[in-house]
Amino acid sequence: MAITVRNVNKRFGDFVALDDVSLDVPAGSLTALLGPSGSGKSTLLRVIAGLEKADQGDVFIGGAEATKLPPQRRDIGFVFQHYAAFKHMTVAKNVAFGLEIRKRRKDEVKRRVAELLDLVQLDGFGDRYPSQLSGGQRQRMALARALAVEPEVLLLDEPFGALDAKVRSELRAWLRRLHDEMHVTTVFVTHDQEEAMEVSDTIVLMDHGRIVQEGRPQDLYDHPETEFVMRFMGQVNRIGDVYVRPHDVEIRLEPNGTTEAAVVERVLHMGHHIRVDLTVNGGDPVSAQLTRDEAERLGLEPGRPVFVRPAKARTFAGEPEAEAVS
Amino acid sequence: MIVRYGLRLVALTYLALLLIIPVGMIVAHTFSGGLAPVWTALTDPDAIKALGLTLKIAIIVVPLNTLFGITMALVMVRREFRGKALLSALIDLPFAVSPVIVGFTLILVYGMNGWFGEFFINQGYPIIFSTPGMVLATMFASLPFVCREVIPVLREIGTEQEQAAATLGARAHQTFRRITLPAIRWGIVYGVVLTTARAIGEYGAVAVVSGNVIGQTQTLTLRVSQEYQNFDHIAAYTAALELAVIALVTLFLMNLFHPRKDH
Repeated sequence: MAITVRNVNKRFGDFVALDDVSLDVPAGSLTALLGPSGSGKSTLLRVIAGLEKADQGDVFIGGAEATKLPPQRRDIGFVFQHYAAFKHMTVAKNVAFGLEIRKRRKDEVKRRVAELLDLVQLDGFGDRYPSQLSGGQRQRMALARALAVEPEVLLLDEPFGALDAKVRSELRAWLRRLHDEMHVTTVFVTHDQEEAMEVSDTIVLMDHGRIVQEGRPQDLYDHPETEFVMRFMGQVNRIGDVYVRPHDVEIRLEPNGTTEAAVVERVLHMGHHIRVDLTVNGGDPVSAQLTRDEAERLGLEPGRPVFVRPAKARTFAGEPEAEAVS
Repeated sequence: MIVRYGLRLVALTYLALLLIIPVGMIVAHTFSGGLAPVWTALTDPDAIKALGLTLKIAIIVVPLNTLFGITMALVMVRREFRGKALLSALIDLPFAVSPVIVGFTLILVYGMNGWFGEFFINQGYPIIFSTPGMVLATMFASLPFVCREVIPVLREIGTEQEQAAATLGARAHQTFRRITLPAIRWGIVYGVVLTTARAIGEYGAVAVVSGNVIGQTQTLTLRVSQEYQNFDHIAAYTAALELAVIALVTLFLMNLFHPRKDH
């Protein structure tokens, strides 16, 4: 089901968590709410879930007004960063919780729990307690628990934030596959732009309680509307007034009309690519990313004078106008 | 090695001096004249009355203070309001005020010349020198235990499990029964043990409001003191032993609620 958020405001004391936020999440999509900490992304997710009340504004789930509904009646599944496992219940009891609240028949509950444990690859773990599981297993259990009641909307708050890098990347791929199989409308919060790009169809980038840009991952990366978006979506160099990604820095041995003089400071082998740190015009530090072939052809080494030009660059006309006016 | 055994020795000596030897002495003295005098002391009608009164007070006070303690703990941890610090201090008041003073204040309010005293006496339900006053005094003295044991546990479990239950469709009372209550169970158990111990053991406040009428308003604790002063040591030791047995039974019953080891 689609989610619509209209002009939502939320304050915590003096802190403005959400500043007139409106958002449309199409049915069946996988959307990432991305932003630095304090940007309001978790608050927005919790407002959609009904775990926080908006000061103003409306929330619609599947076209129906949900603003005043408690979380129990919103037909959602919610996954918390720290799992929120029911510690005194077995894994199977955790997963069965929503079904038992709904008074489903015992044999149906049993069948469904077995199905879900199979889905999240925890079959055989039903009799264990959450404390006997690893972090990744606990989060998969939490996901099975949320999916058990067949929610219309799945909301995940930094679901992989507490896990180590390897487990995190496994679970990302797994969440993407799961979504492609189930097509449940999914919104997840993350502060990690790589995670957002890897998993989602649409990224909603937030800062200071506002949505600064939304779109497909490659659109935000290639066509950032502000310097903030450009910087948040990946590494960036500033040469004078232009912003350029490391892989768009072109290094030449001879000058032409558009190049600037630079000196190689360091050459780092990063595995599949080479990173070259340079100083441009005797001052600005610039980082460039080259293939191994390119680097070999140019014969780069520290101290060597070269010439650089941005193959693709962006400029931003100062601060956004809205801010300049206010 | 030496450090480890040294520490154990210190702990055991400490326990022995404070606990094991004195309690052992009570047992030894109780049975010093054989079983017959103990049986006589146990079956003395006044002793039976005292035991009954002690149990009666505990059975009224412990559930009430448990309910109150859990409610107050929920309010203190989960609600924000003005005057919270003051309320917190008020809950601790019974720890700070001497029980004897509590007894006197009860007499001032409910006694013959107190604010409400005459009203209750005219209704035929005197509070002071009667069971209600002793219940009130015991309630006051044992008020903070459950609350103080449950508050840290509630803080530690946080609200995420409860929020998760809400998103899964559980209503407030279902969440409380299925999630919150099992999570704070061990805190409640400790609180109940302490409340019971205080309820059966309270002396000062109860002594002041009871009047210590033998066979009517005498609890086991008051009886220990009374018989000791009367040089009926076997009766005093027997009553003391009864109190110890009640405490042990409470501890044992509460241990049945012990959480599983794998937590």
